[in-house]
Amino acid sequence: MEEYTLLRQFADSWMLLLLFAFFVGIVIWVFRPGASKEYKDTASIPFRHQDKPAESKEARK
Amino acid sequence: MSNYIKLIVLGLVVLFAAIGSNYARDLAYQVHAILVMIIAAGLFIWTLRNTDEPDILVDRSAEYMDDVIRYGVIATALWGVVGFLAGTFIAFQLAFPVLNFEWAQGYANFGRLRPLHTSAVIFAFGGNALIATSFYVVQRTSAARLWGGNLAWFVFWGYQLFIVLAATGYLLGGTQSKEYAEPEWYVDLWLTIVWVAYLAVFLGTIVKRKEPHIYVANWFYLAFIVTVAMLHLVNNMTIPVSIWGSKSVIVWSGVQDAMIQWWYGHNAVGFFLTAGFLGMMYYFIPKQAERPVFSYKLSIIHFWAIIFLYIWAGPHHLHYTALPDWASTLGMVFSIVLWMPSWGGMINGLMTLSGAWDKLRTDPVIRMMVIAVGFYGMSTFEGPMMSIRAVNSLSHYTDWTIGHVHSGALGWNGMITFGALYFLVPVLWKRERLYSLQMVSWHFWLATIGIVLYAASMWVTGIMEGLMWREVDANGFLVNSFADTVAAKFPMYVVRGLGGVMFLAGAVIMCYNLWMTVRKAPAKEASLTVAVPAE
Repeated sequence: MEEYTLLRQFADSWMLLLLFAFFVGIVIWVFRPGASKEYKDTASIPFRHQDKPAESKEARK
Repeated sequence: MSNYIKLIVLGLVVLFAAIGSNYARDLAYQVHAILVMIIAAGLFIWTLRNTDEPDILVDRSAEYMDDVIRYGVIATALWGVVGFLAGTFIAFQLAFPVLNFEWAQGYANFGRLRPLHTSAVIFAFGGNALIATSFYVVQRTSAARLWGGNLAWFVFWGYQLFIVLAATGYLLGGTQSKEYAEPEWYVDLWLTIVWVAYLAVFLGTIVKRKEPHIYVANWFYLAFIVTVAMLHLVNNMTIPVSIWGSKSVIVWSGVQDAMIQWWYGHNAVGFFLTAGFLGMMYYFIPKQAERPVFSYKLSIIHFWAIIFLYIWAGPHHLHYTALPDWASTLGMVFSIVLWMPSWGGMINGLMTLSGAWDKLRTDPVIRMMVIAVGFYGMSTFEGPMMSIRAVNSLSHYTDWTIGHVHSGALGWNGMITFGALYFLVPVLWKRERLYSLQMVSWHFWLATIGIVLYAASMWVTGIMEGLMWREVDANGFLVNSFADTVAAKFPMYVVRGLGGVMFLAGAVIMCYNLWMTVRKAPAKEASLTVAVPAE
């Protein structure tokens, strides 16, 4: 098969399906149980370590 | 040891540039070769003087690398004023053609200055704002010092050299005539090196982060860096005619070249002017409002939806061209779908203020950020509408497009950057507050009214011009000549120029205010260089 047709067919079928499934997967993953609690912590990252880097992973409150 | 390698490389660059300045086939290349030769020679001497000196190793891992960000903030403000000034001047050149001075023909006429203006505001002002804020945000949200030591300085100065080479190249005629990608092959190669270093610094900092999660702003910044690298490489696949000249030939041809150009062009908007600046929004709005982002879940969906959709929207620039209909329909559909995540992001930014709306009354900086998000919402509504083929048949090639671009660039990119600068300067120079909030208010209103004048006059002149172009009489002949439309646009061109003057005046007030903040505002700490005591 011609290279263009081959790539085009792949892009129109499996790749499209893969990307679409990836996106839907992310949306579902975002609403997984326990996500709200975790994101609450992540969303408050800008309010920590304003002046200097953290000493180590344990230093994080 | 590394200094010896540096000296060898710099020496070779000086030699090469010297030969280049002699053999140069055109003026732009010659001037650039001399410029590179002088800079490399200066660096050679500076490196030589520091070679074999005793190393003084200071452990700075317990503090953030802020000096490069301070330079970035200054560069952003200065390039902003330069870019706005160039824009205001060429706006008046369009209204009053006599400003295309006879003695400067071929150097400072509209055609040469226009890319200077677009590159100055997008790449010099916007690019420096993105580099400076990304360095600031990635350190704070990773709780780690920038990776790579002096590599961040290389990124900063290398990027300034890119800007200077691009800008002087345009004036001297070194351009490959691709919109927003005008610089010629050797400038493109230099930017590639700088950009790889930028990616390394940014990724390196994320890799050594102390926070377990990568904050959403960093995702947007990273998408911006990676995608711009990809776009830049593909759209600038050129073969130089000679290694001693600036002219190069692109490997793509015909409609493929056009499609790649607008795949690049639209994603320059999507990833440079949107994703990167959304990174700013997701950090600086929560910081200034002192509350976390409205919905972190929405921000993740916002990110992936923007990433997946934007990349397809480019073909809407090529309606009614040699591009196949299916491709331009695809671009149009994706542009319209893009409206959803754009407004999702806008809502996320605005609703971050829920419960703190009173700050809008008291804090002009947050007002600036909020109107930026408002303009983002407006231009991401206008854009999809203009991408619809029927609307595009009226709006394309008219000033409506120019108005749309400026409501996005001045309103969204400009205002969010001003907000970030007002936030950053007191923090970076360790001042208690800004010098004057009243001046921020003046800046806010001057800029806002300036944009309104700009956008409104461009809507009027754009739609008028589009309607005049398509007007036919009873016998099917065109009613207006092109010169008729130009004459009819004069009053709107003057209004647009005045809008530019107001926006520029606001930016000058900002520079004065920031300067006085550094000079006069009460200091939090005595010295900027005081190291954080080890605990």
